[in-house]
Amino acid sequence: MSERIIELRDIKKSYGQVYALGGVNLSVDRGEVVGLIGDNGAGKSTLIKILSGVVKPTSGDILVRGKPVSGWSAARSRDAGIETVFQDRALAVQQTIVRNIFMGRELTGFMGWLKVNKEIAEASRLMREIGFTSKVFTPQSIVGQLSGGERQGVAIARAIYKQAELIILDEPTTALSLTETAKVFHFVRQVRASGRSILFIGHNIHHVFDIADRFVVLDRGKVALTADRSEVKSADDLINFMEDVAHPGGLPGLHETGEAEQRAQ
Amino acid sequence: MSKAMEPDLQSPLGRAGGKAAKEWSHPSDNWLRGFVLDNRASLGTLAVFIVMMAVFMIANPTVFTTWYLYSSVLTTLPVALFVVVPLVFVVTCGEIDLSFPATMGFASWVFALVVQAGYDPFLGIAAALVTGTLLGFLVGSLVVYGGLSSLIATLGMNFLLRGLIQIINEGKSTALTNLADSAAYKIFSSQIWGIPVQIFWAIAFVVFSALLYNRHRFGAQVKVVGDNPDSAKQMGIDVKLVRIKVFVFTGIGAAIAGTFSVMINFTWWPTAGDGYLLPVLASVFVGGTPTWGGIGTVVGGAIGAVTVSFIQTGVVAAGLSGFYVQFFNGLIIILSLLGHKWNQARYR
Repeated sequence: MSERIIELRDIKKSYGQVYALGGVNLSVDRGEVVGLIGDNGAGKSTLIKILSGVVKPTSGDILVRGKPVSGWSAARSRDAGIETVFQDRALAVQQTIVRNIFMGRELTGFMGWLKVNKEIAEASRLMREIGFTSKVFTPQSIVGQLSGGERQGVAIARAIYKQAELIILDEPTTALSLTETAKVFHFVRQVRASGRSILFIGHNIHHVFDIADRFVVLDRGKVALTADRSEVKSADDLINFMEDVAHPGGLPGLHETGEAEQRAQ
Repeated sequence: MSKAMEPDLQSPLGRAGGKAAKEWSHPSDNWLRGFVLDNRASLGTLAVFIVMMAVFMIANPTVFTTWYLYSSVLTTLPVALFVVVPLVFVVTCGEIDLSFPATMGFASWVFALVVQAGYDPFLGIAAALVTGTLLGFLVGSLVVYGGLSSLIATLGMNFLLRGLIQIINEGKSTALTNLADSAAYKIFSSQIWGIPVQIFWAIAFVVFSALLYNRHRFGAQVKVVGDNPDSAKQMGIDVKLVRIKVFVFTGIGAAIAGTFSVMINFTWWPTAGDGYLLPVLASVFVGGTPTWGGIGTVVGGAIGAVTVSFIQTGVVAAGLSGFYVQFFNGLIIILSLLGHKWNQARYR
């Protein structure tokens, strides 16, 4: 079933003498939610920038649907169907949901006049597709009236409208309450159900554990662990593993971490 | 707000899919309530105007029921409307343009020169429009490509262009006596059924611009750029081009306004347009367009212009001395701004 949307092979990125990424392998299949976990400075943001084509890797190969792509750039990334929803969400909060979804690619007819009804219908369809419906707002509501999780929904709907195959969510649940996080998870599941893929980047291991089908733990520019959902019993497993990676000698009172490490190898 | 989301959200572990999405419903599905909510800024401005006119009429019922008063307002108001409306776009885009009075003077000067040289006024209008476009582009380029603050750069351009006009003309005006016989004058500046014909052109301009603002890609992009330029850029909008366009639009509006003011008076003065700076700016903000960019209202701006032009006429006609005009100008502006502040929330 699963087609490989994108694959990174031995990606290295150095800034001068400093290696931000030291040989990362990462792949995302169709209809899969991959959770990317890592501490500050682990190389998460560099990896996102490489995927979205903003930053070029120093070395390594990028394969789109199994085919190597040369001259990776932001345009190539878009062509491959990769959309990044950044932390600040990049929404114009005083505009309507419709205007945000169609920002920069308005549906226009004769001489640039907007096809308002068509835009509203299309926006409704997109929002329904990700389960983003409500009794208190319509596609014509102002984004500023929405909560944090709902604003993520607008950003995700916009990414889908741009024909994204892989949506990169950069810390989508940071600073969100539990109910808001639940909304974002709901959107993510709907997106997966529609056959698209998501790379879910997070600080909060519990959040990532709840939503992802596969986990990738990044540590100091290297992949420290790749594990399927079935291989990890609980979020604590992941936390223990990460603590173990961060403090290889082991901290006093953290003896049970060996188990997760074994599984990793 | 969170409680209203679809059910299967209670737990982060809730399963995907499930219930079919319901159709949208909205508490303001009532069309009247929706209309009021969507147009609260311009309706507020209209309310201010109605209250003001009511006060004037009570103060002096006889003057305010004579047609002459309205006729004189309807002659000068169109000139203001042609610059107020583009300025709504500029302010929505997060910029300001203080150079339009000089652009009015400059473009109408070109018009006067062409007409004085014996060419058809239509050619003069075309020349004025080209001048306005070029000056708008120049001012916009200074702000966008030169990276200057629009507040200071356009103020500087206003002085610069006006200075240029004064240096060359040495303060002398140009009389255009043959203008009254021309076809252009009949189309743009005569009267129909006793109503100054300019107002019809101005209303057409306001309606067209309101559509441009609300129903066109240009308006949509202007609002997004004023709201969140970084986001607009990320989504592939040419932010610089949009900014240049609003200044060009103002240049064109100023050229039309300047030409109309010359046609009303048959004379071009080197000071043409100068008196419009503050009333026009006041109209934009009285009309309900906030200073921070991203939103605004063209129709509100037009009603604001009507309000501001009636203050002057109204205060004098109500029997007060001309000394009261400035006081009432200020009073109406402050009251309107307080009203709008209470009326609209700023989302971040």
